Amino acid sequence: MIRLPLVLFFSAVLFSTGVYGVLARRNGVLVLMSIELMLNAVNVNLVAFSQYVRDIGGQVFALFVIAVAAAEVGIGLAIVILIFRNRESINVDEVSLLKW
Amino acid sequence: MTGQEYAFVVLALVGTVGAVRLVTAKNVVHAALYLVVTLAMVGSIYLVLGAEFVGWVQILIYVGAIVILFLFGLMLTKAPIGRESLDNQQRGLALLVALAVLAGLVFLIQDAFHWGDRKMNLVHNTTGEVGRSIFQHYVLPFEAVSFILLAALIGAVVLARREERE
Repeated sequence: MIRLPLVLFFSAVLFSTGVYGVLARRNGVLVLMSIELMLNAVNVNLVAFSQYVRDIGGQVFALFVIAVAAAEVGIGLAIVILIFRNRESINVDEVSLLKW
Repeated sequence: MTGQEYAFVVLALVGTVGAVRLVTAKNVVHAALYLVVTLAMVGSIYLVLGAEFVGWVQILIYVGAIVILFLFGLMLTKAPIGRESLDNQQRGLALLVALAVLAGLVFLIQDAFHWGDRKMNLVHNTTGEVGRSIFQHYVLPFEAVSFILLAALIGAVVLARREERE
């Protein structure tokens, strides 16, 4: 028996840590890592609610989120490497070509 | 508190420390290793919650594959050491936003699920149940996800390939 709010609080802490990382980091790879933290927080919620309502669909969707996260990391790192090749730096605040 | 709750709290605390160290680390490789800690703890939490297959997939895919991808990304892009060069100037504002998000979420959870009366009966979900659910009810989303993965794979190869000069 685990109280549901306990798991949800952990997930909230993980998510806000990820929000801080995305907002405060300059390095592109570290921003992607923080996004992984947020996706993991979502997955914890999915699994917790799946156990709470006794529906295995939540776990299936957690697996889908993991697969999509893997795709996102692949594309994201390819973009980061492309930016590094063109600009010799992966600081996301220096990539402002499209900024108005 | 039950034994499972104690196990969960210990795992959650270690995972939280790893996450906080990840977003404050001065060295990018250390940040990747703290990510391993957090992801492994989240995987263990899945095991404690009884979601066996998701837990092992988390260990295999995240700790085994995605962190290795991150380490490759770090090695292919040289990053300076030090917090000043890894963080931008809006650290205080970012902390404010993160704390506001946390406060909002905690308030909503507290409001929606009162402490104590919502308990999860932890039943052990075997891999067979997950497989039956995927291939009976969620076949179409499963195919869509595999298509996304294929498209992402091709896209990553196309993006990261060096242009051939003719």
